[in-house]
Amino acid sequence: MIDMTRFAGQKCGTLLNKLLDDSISEHLGIKLVTPLTVVLVFLLLLSVPVAGYRLLFGIGAASNLNDSWPWGLWIGFDVLGGVAMAAGAFMIAGAVYILNLKKYKCIARAAILNAFFGYLLAAISITLDVGRSFVIWHPLVMWQVNSVMFIVALHLVLYLSTLATESSPMVLEKIGWERGLNAVHRIMVGAVMFGVALSLLHQSSLGANYLIVPGKLSPLWYNKQLPYMFLVSALMMGFSMVSFETILTSKVFKHDVPHDVLVGLSKGILYTGTFYFFFKMYELLTGPGLALVFDDNLEGMMWLIEMAVGVVLPVFLLALPSVRRDKEKMFAADILVVFGVLFNRLNVSIFGVARYATRAGGDYFPSIMEFTLTIGMIAFAVLGFKLCAKYLPLFPDHQESAHPPGTASAAAPRAPE
Amino acid sequence: MTVSRRKFLKIVASSGGALVASGVPLAPQAQARVSTVLPPQATGLLYDATLCVGCKACMVNCKTQNSVPGGALYKSGWPMPPYENGDIKLNNGIWDAPRELSGKTLNIIKVYKNGSAEVKDRAINGYAFFKQQCLHCVSPACVSVCPAGAFRKDPVNGAVYYLADRCIGCRYCQLACPFGVPRYEWDSAWPEVRKCQLCRHRQAEGKIAACAEACPTGATIFGKVLDLREEAKRRQALRPGDEYPFPIQKVGARETTLRPIAHYTDGIYGLVEAGGTQNLMLSGVPFELLGFGRNIAKYDLPRLTWAYIAKIPWVFLGVFVGGTAIYKMTHRNDKEG
Ligand code: SF4
Ligand code: SF4
Ligand code: SF4
Repeated sequence: MIDMTRFAGQKCGTLLNKLLDDSISEHLGIKLVTPLTVVLVFLLLLSVPVAGYRLLFGIGAASNLNDSWPWGLWIGFDVLGGVAMAAGAFMIAGAVYILNLKKYKCIARAAILNAFFGYLLAAISITLDVGRSFVIWHPLVMWQVNSVMFIVALHLVLYLSTLATESSPMVLEKIGWERGLNAVHRIMVGAVMFGVALSLLHQSSLGANYLIVPGKLSPLWYNKQLPYMFLVSALMMGFSMVSFETILTSKVFKHDVPHDVLVGLSKGILYTGTFYFFFKMYELLTGPGLALVFDDNLEGMMWLIEMAVGVVLPVFLLALPSVRRDKEKMFAADILVVFGVLFNRLNVSIFGVARYATRAGGDYFPSIMEFTLTIGMIAFAVLGFKLCAKYLPLFPDHQESAHPPGTASAAAPRAPE
Repeated sequence: MTVSRRKFLKIVASSGGALVASGVPLAPQAQARVSTVLPPQATGLLYDATLCVGCKACMVNCKTQNSVPGGALYKSGWPMPPYENGDIKLNNGIWDAPRELSGKTLNIIKVYKNGSAEVKDRAINGYAFFKQQCLHCVSPACVSVCPAGAFRKDPVNGAVYYLADRCIGCRYCQLACPFGVPRYEWDSAWPEVRKCQLCRHRQAEGKIAACAEACPTGATIFGKVLDLREEAKRRQALRPGDEYPFPIQKVGARETTLRPIAHYTDGIYGLVEAGGTQNLMLSGVPFELLGFGRNIAKYDLPRLTWAYIAKIPWVFLGVFVGGTAIYKMTHRNDKEG
């Protein structure tokens, strides 16, 4: 390892040395330079000029969006999808810190970090999606409480800070800053509750965004329960993403998780998925009716694929004990759910409004630049996660090792102002 | 966790208290909810398609009059009104040929044609003109969805206007408007949303809307919304063929043109659509055929999202109270504290 004190001075250098010390993850055997990483770095670098071009020449120059299609891939995939993919964090954090389900503690850090990158991805994309990126902070100071978008903006910022707080013990442990660590541990449960409330709200707000377009969104997706559908499907997605990434990390890193953690997550998918299925069916049957699905149109096809591949099949699979015994099969089911929920978000944001937009004379297929940026953002999230796994105590061997009992309660609580 | 339970509860209570407090600003702001009542001095336009001859004088005047400081199309540094060449080969930008509403066009006259297009204002084998622009909803979706408060409704005359300095360019207004009115300046690096603002700058000077001022036939007239509704109902109540003095430029104007009443269909557009609009339309051809969708909600749209937003403080309260209770229960058996 390079000694950073040579370049950055004594104080900074020691800090950098501590941060760059990867002995912590030696047992995981993470190699930084692999073909996959190289490809990811390449994809990430590709998206940098795209972002620059977008900022310099405007949203119209970089994307294929138009007046009939004001929202496209970046909102549909990066924002709606990215946020849904990050739902696991608040669920696991809530389970560990509030419900006191200790067995999930070993995956809590990874789930929270994963969410942090999911939200970062969404935040960067929405910043580039809005036409006046440099004033994207306006909603935070120009409150407009009627707007769901305002709620989303506020919550995105608050929740990113909450996730950063929840992740900070990893960094603080690493650099060994006891005081800071104690402070974070003191507010941890409060932060987790805050995170739970925020997540419940903005997962549903993303659906609530569409409440105002009864005339534009196809009735296959539009109904008054849309916010709650987004929430339930986000829960389903959360379980699957956590399970997916746990199995994945245990495959690529030398790291193992107890099987009953995975089974617990699978049951989570099973219950939320079953509920989601009946919820969707109820709204369909009491709303537009089954006929609309089989009406031989694009929307109907999309709805069928979304439900069959993304909900019914994985729920059916996970209901079988034989699948729940097999890590690989659970992995496959997770992928189906993740695909299904992402597909649902694209259906709501793109295919569900296609009929209206086309009638209004619009046509939309994402531009090369839109794809490049979205792919770059995914690469960014994967790389970030990998780097953190290498340099931070992401999978603690034994819980709370850096935190001897008694130190936290020794610090005096600060009186509330 | 090594925090004692008492201390923990204190922390939760204080952070929770702070949060609920931060949610409290929502309560007084609840009155900021978009109104569903027509402003007392509300003004608007009545467009009677059966009078329109498709001369597009309103489009010309709209563009000219809104390209001056204060107008909805004004941008400093533009030497002349933003003309569109409409993809016409020889049009080198000196005449205006918009095809749709756009970031450069707030008002457009289009033609409906069917079959042999012989008779005006007839759906089959007929033709008709129609006008597209912002309808100035009584309870505008665009105002309610804007996260930065860039769209506003004038409390006196009800014109829905736009403050570019606040806009972040999220285009939620475009998605939300049931009539697809707001347009974006896609070709700009620092774009604005563009739509008719009911010539608010002219109204401030005591003038009437530019399109109504330019209309030679009285197809577009300006006036108080209540008067416009009366006028529209009066026309509808008459028998087709009856002679009627149609006012020019504004409702109740002394200058009129005597013409027979046409056959109106479909009622008055704008009485109930999206909870009512300040601009009204009459037509001889069903509005559906003119591109005004049938599935426009017949109530104010902002209430749909408000029903959701009003629940937010309760979610915070519920999570903190419920979460604390659950925390106490689940941590009962832990030795700490
Ligand atoms: S027509 Fe559309 S842009 Fe005009 S006020 Fe209504 S919602 Fe807003
Ligand atoms: S694009 Fe501008 S005006 Fe429209 S909703 Fe977004 S911030 Fe408001
Ligand atoms: S009211 Fe003014 S801005 Fe609106 S269409 Fe008429 S002339 Fe144009």
